[in-house]
Amino acid sequence: MSEPFLIAEGMTGGYGAADILHNCTLKVETGEIAVIVGPNGAGKSTAMKAVFGMLKLREGQVRIGGKDITHLTPQARVAEGMAFVPQTSNVFPTMTVEENLEMGAFLRRDDIRGTMEQVYSLFPILKDKRRQAAGELSGGQRQQVAVGRALMTQPRLLMLDEPTAGVSPIVMDELFDRIIEVARSGISILMVEQNARQALEIADHGYVLVQGANRYTDTGEALLADPEVRRTFLGG
Amino acid sequence: MDLLNAIVALANFVLIPATAYGAQLALGALGVTIIYGILRFSNFAHGDTMAFGTATVILVTWGFQAMGIGLGPLPTALLALPVGIALTSLLVLGTDRAVYRFYRKQKAAPVILVIVSMGVMFIMNGLTRFLIGVDEINFDDGTRFIINARDFKEATGLAEGLALRSTQVITVVTAVLVVAVLFWFLNRTRTGKSMRAFSDNEDLALLSGINPERVVVYAWLIATALATIAGTLYGLDKTFKVFNYFQLLLPIFAAAIVGGLGSPVGAIAGGFLIAFSEVGVTYAWKKVAGYALPEGLEPDGLLQLLSTEYKFAVSFVILIAVLLFKPTGLFKGKSV
Repeated sequence: MSEPFLIAEGMTGGYGAADILHNCTLKVETGEIAVIVGPNGAGKSTAMKAVFGMLKLREGQVRIGGKDITHLTPQARVAEGMAFVPQTSNVFPTMTVEENLEMGAFLRRDDIRGTMEQVYSLFPILKDKRRQAAGELSGGQRQQVAVGRALMTQPRLLMLDEPTAGVSPIVMDELFDRIIEVARSGISILMVEQNARQALEIADHGYVLVQGANRYTDTGEALLADPEVRRTFLGG
Repeated sequence: MDLLNAIVALANFVLIPATAYGAQLALGALGVTIIYGILRFSNFAHGDTMAFGTATVILVTWGFQAMGIGLGPLPTALLALPVGIALTSLLVLGTDRAVYRFYRKQKAAPVILVIVSMGVMFIMNGLTRFLIGVDEINFDDGTRFIINARDFKEATGLAEGLALRSTQVITVVTAVLVVAVLFWFLNRTRTGKSMRAFSDNEDLALLSGINPERVVVYAWLIATALATIAGTLYGLDKTFKVFNYFQLLLPIFAAAIVGGLGSPVGAIAGGFLIAFSEVGVTYAWKKVAGYALPEGLEPDGLLQLLSTEYKFAVSFVILIAVLLFKPTGLFKGKSV
């Protein structure tokens, strides 16, 4: 079997003197959804930021499609096919939805209309609101703009930092459905989620982090079935 | 009661001068607001950038005049404007390279950049004085009037004259053109949109692959062009004196903040609001009131709310009033 599309191996590092991540490993296969869950302060978002190069690693390496990108800046990783949707302030609030998508495709010099149509067919509501400022949209719609903006770069790996933070349960289900659809189109997805149970339900692989280290790693289904994981992280 | 004369007097002493002044302030405030939006600090050197820009325009104008090149009825300065903008851009971009970039690399707090810009302001101020001197310079060599007060009186038979100086028309026409081009640039071009994106959300702009140094260079170029144009128009309309431009910084900042820092529409609205209030409050309304009010009610006093020496106070009263009720300005700028 060929190696997974994204491999982040043995990541150790933090923002300052103290390490937050301890030998943390994440892998994502092409077109699959990997979810990072864990208690507050477990370093979930930090692990994702490390994958994206927003954090200096002391040890470990990150490879995408077999290429070592450990020393690339986040911007250079975008060019390598990574796209990142931050948890907060992930849209350009005074710009219209359409302009937000255009900015997502800033680096592309080819015709972006096809990709934009794909985003609109994925999130039909955005097409209706394309002339509206993104800052005026509801939380769920704004998340859609944020995901849409990231998709405009035609990434091979989409990273989502708590995409459902602060949206209603109905909108959350809707967003998860869309994320599955994105994965089906062949884009790998790495996602940090607070709503662990729902996220593991759609996950091919789940990583339970505790204090910056891998605690449990398995398929989403197996993690959900594991009584130990259920008791400690999913509330029974 | 003589409404016609009242309207003419009002137009002559308030509406026309305030519109021209408002256009000059608006262009100045646009420059301040663009630097604030992109570089995230209030650029105190903007007034002196205007002074330096105008000084270079004047020098080039003199050069053109010596060579016998002119624009006929239009001031030669308009021809010198592009050269002046180019020269001033060199100085401003050089300053960015030598000074601001150092602090940008360090991710210095905005308040530090403000202090840095004050230092730049003093140096630019001195530089301009060395370059062109401290005296008043009148460099308008075009036709002075489009409508002359005496001709107007003769033609209409009214007691009040209406004067429309060509510099006032040039100011407004140029301002409209510049603003139209600027808004087209910001809303329609890729580079302009990337500047708005950078101003909106710097981190996300980086994630989208927008090059911050490029955006910064464009911001300086646009701000410099706006400053030089505003300064030249102001100098044509009145006269050029380095110190006046330093003082102009106050109403320009007031305009930018009242409109909402970072909002181009706000800067324009703020410019006109400040200009009209300043002229309106310091104008002696006796004459207009004398015409407009019924016989017997004519006022004895001058009806001047503030003497002209206090005109800068007007900006600040408006500033305080607006900020008390709308802390981010009239057009929802970034919080100060």
